[in-house]
Amino acid sequence: MNQVLSQSVRDAITRELQKYPAEQQQSAVMAALRFVQEENNWISREAMDAIAEVLGLQPIQVYEVATFYSMYRLQPGGKHQINVCTNVSCMLCGSSEVISHLQDRLGIETGQTTADGRFSLNEVECLGACGGAPMLQLDRDYHENLTPETLDALLEGLD
Amino acid sequence: MLNIEIDGRQLQAEEGEMLIEVADRAGIYIPRFCYHKHLSVAANCRMCLVEVEKAPKPLPACATPVTDGMKVFSRSELAMDAQKGTMEFLLINHPLDCPICDQGGECELQDLAVGYGGDRSRYTEEKRVVRDPDLGPLVATEMTRCIHCTRCVRFGQEISGIREMGATGRGEHTTIGTYVQHAIGSELSGNIIDLCPVGALTSKPFKFAARSWEMADVASVAPHDCAGSSIRIQTLRGKVERVLPLENNDINETWLSDRDRFSYTAVNSGERLTVPRIRKKGEWQETDWATALQSVADGLLQNVAKQGADKLAGIISPTSTLEEFYLFQKLLRGLGSNNIDHRLKLADSRDDGRWASAPALGMPIKELESLDFVLLIGCNLRKEQPILNHRLRKAVLAGADVAVINPYDYEFNYPLSVRAVSSPSGMLQSVANIIRLLSDKLGHDVPEDVIPWMDPTRINQQHRALADRFADRNSKSALILGQLAWLHEEGAILRSMAKTLADMAGVSLGFLPEANGVAAWQAGCTPFSEQDKGLSVADMDAAEIKTWLLFGVEPELDAAHGGQLLAALNDADIVVAITAFASAGESYADVQLPAAMFAENAGTFVNCEGAAQTLSAATTPPGDAREGWKILRALAGYLDLPGFDFDTVSAIAAAVDAAGAPSPGYGMGSLSGYAKTEHAGGENLERIRDSLIYRGDAILRRCEPLQRTTDNPPPAARINPQQASRLGLEQDAKVKLMVDETSVETPVVLDQRVPEGCVFLPIGYLETAALPGSASVRLVRS
Repeated sequence: MNQVLSQSVRDAITRELQKYPAEQQQSAVMAALRFVQEENNWISREAMDAIAEVLGLQPIQVYEVATFYSMYRLQPGGKHQINVCTNVSCMLCGSSEVISHLQDRLGIETGQTTADGRFSLNEVECLGACGGAPMLQLDRDYHENLTPETLDALLEGLD
Repeated sequence: MLNIEIDGRQLQAEEGEMLIEVADRAGIYIPRFCYHKHLSVAANCRMCLVEVEKAPKPLPACATPVTDGMKVFSRSELAMDAQKGTMEFLLINHPLDCPICDQGGECELQDLAVGYGGDRSRYTEEKRVVRDPDLGPLVATEMTRCIHCTRCVRFGQEISGIREMGATGRGEHTTIGTYVQHAIGSELSGNIIDLCPVGALTSKPFKFAARSWEMADVASVAPHDCAGSSIRIQTLRGKVERVLPLENNDINETWLSDRDRFSYTAVNSGERLTVPRIRKKGEWQETDWATALQSVADGLLQNVAKQGADKLAGIISPTSTLEEFYLFQKLLRGLGSNNIDHRLKLADSRDDGRWASAPALGMPIKELESLDFVLLIGCNLRKEQPILNHRLRKAVLAGADVAVINPYDYEFNYPLSVRAVSSPSGMLQSVANIIRLLSDKLGHDVPEDVIPWMDPTRINQQHRALADRFADRNSKSALILGQLAWLHEEGAILRSMAKTLADMAGVSLGFLPEANGVAAWQAGCTPFSEQDKGLSVADMDAAEIKTWLLFGVEPELDAAHGGQLLAALNDADIVVAITAFASAGESYADVQLPAAMFAENAGTFVNCEGAAQTLSAATTPPGDAREGWKILRALAGYLDLPGFDFDTVSAIAAAVDAAGAPSPGYGMGSLSGYAKTEHAGGENLERIRDSLIYRGDAILRRCEPLQRTTDNPPPAARINPQQASRLGLEQDAKVKLMVDETSVETPVVLDQRVPEGCVFLPIGYLETAALPGSASVRLVRS
């Protein structure tokens, strides 16, 4: 068995597989990619090949899924992922100020990672929290009704 | 039956059919890109939108099942509007590079753009550009032209069985490719060129060579395997530029193997022989036909008079035509020799007396699809016979199970129910053990002659599973012996046991002949004759043959016992090579007569199901080269042999008694008298012989694009890693392989698929050709 995936990822995939019929192993591919990303912060080519092997798929079938969804990170990124929504509601409520404040504070453009590897700044499409616009997603949590002050407070509380 | 109406025409349809199928049958053309009758429905191009009465919006004809009373309008305003809209979107990102695109003139997008496209574009923004993946030496890519129909992706999934292409990315960022750079390895990969409706995937060897409309088109037959796929050979000003499949639902459907598609590249090879040549004092000298034929005739007659006709032998390539086979054997028999053979892969001729007629599949190729169970013995069907393998794959997808007994763990493109991999001698034991288990099950006596090969202590789960499967009388089963069975050093024993097993189980026994082998049998190109049996190719080396007539062969590379034949040829008085290539036999021949090859000669090809088809000449042979049958006829004239007054190939064909379809006529015989061979072990490894897909005949070995594929690895002795560590060998270590006094050097490749105690060393490589064919070889570090 391959060494690329950790035991805990492999166990998680095994548990996931129980949710689907035996001939539908392909169904677990999204979850498997997520497990890898949660553990490693990104998904390497080797990890995708390993998932293909575990699920009995051709590697290309895993690549297809991984490249389709923008939330799978196929390049190593920062420890914390800051995803700022710039769709209509957030844009009207000032997402461009949020972006420029973060760019100034972190010294990077969107799509980049800080030199110390702590933060990646991304522009994303609607995350379905228009009621709290402007908003961003920091790792797995939503933060709404952002202002420069709340942004500073948010980032200062992180390692 | 349902009644529907399309464009006012009343049509009948089956329940479950899609609209487009009914329309196609009725000859009503609905435009499409992603739909293909042999692939699953994707409905992603939206080009086939049609108006259906009572439906609120246009529906895709490829994915709309018919219902009774349905009224369809394929050219109504709504339908045309939808189709034009789709076309406009498809053309947004499509480059306007038709003048430099190989697909130009046979492009579905180009054709439909004429019918449905606007005369100017409303799109002024930037077009998408896509980086091209390198798919290897056969398929050229220009992915900016891709319209994402996914036919190539579905082909990989559904037909070739290895999904190598995929659609990565999303929306506008979607690209079709392999994602990770690698050459595609399917033996059917060329078909994605035909499937691609645009110029995204085109033929690399054909790149920028000709336009589809300026080429002449001739229907013919591909000669490299026993399927005999129907092909179209296309020429421009006499030069063969391309080969395409010709739809034939009994044989290759719309598909073609890469071997058959690209083998034409050898026709234009720089190695072609264009004038007769005679070797004088070691030097090749070009000459004219009269001088060459006179010298051949004098040499043959002198030697036969001096040494007797039994020192004369002839070997002909199994890719030759029925007519060439007939004249070849007639010429040799006219000189008094029965030492005639085409069975180059035959290693063991001890059962020669048992053939009642040509070895053949024993059923129509189409019928492979309807089998429930197939046991392949010594057969890498996927690479040996890609078209037959595709039929069997369909059977597997429909629920059949396929099992193998092989000396190497070949990769199949479908799951195998039993994968019994053992040394060549272990294969005999496996079959014997299955016979034992089956006779117990059916309450028969264990056949006594098979007992020496049985080893009840080594009966395993696989043997039990196979015996169980054969005991099931309700399933339609077959047992098929492939190329590795011909190449098996104790093939006679294997065939005899297979016959015993097939008879006991009451299943069909099939053999896969070499290329046009069935025609060779029909034309008498075998050592058998009514009075006397001559020598098989496997026995010719030991008989001190001094005079050889070779037709389209390189025995040292083509034959199971190539090493022995090479020694015999080097030792001969006269070797006459009728060949298309100057390099064939260059080192040992005394006279070379330039012959036409596939695409240049006409004749008859009989495939493994016994279907006779006509090979047509698409062009003329280069220089002074002549069709094989004309050379043989002329030579017979110089030899004063009667009965060669044929003016056409059809006159020769008429002379061949090809009565009825050949059935596998392998007769029952006893194994008593056959000795069981013991294998020494240690440094002595059993040799596994194979003939790889692109090294099987003189033509293929000169196809430059095929030689560069991943299916053509450099020569190597493959051994199991455990075996290697016991012998103290590592990857790429140079080793000496020895049989008696002869040795060759080659690197070692560690390969888990080789059973222990064996070395996998295919024939067909010049570097190792000198090694005599034998059951075992000694392997030492050099």
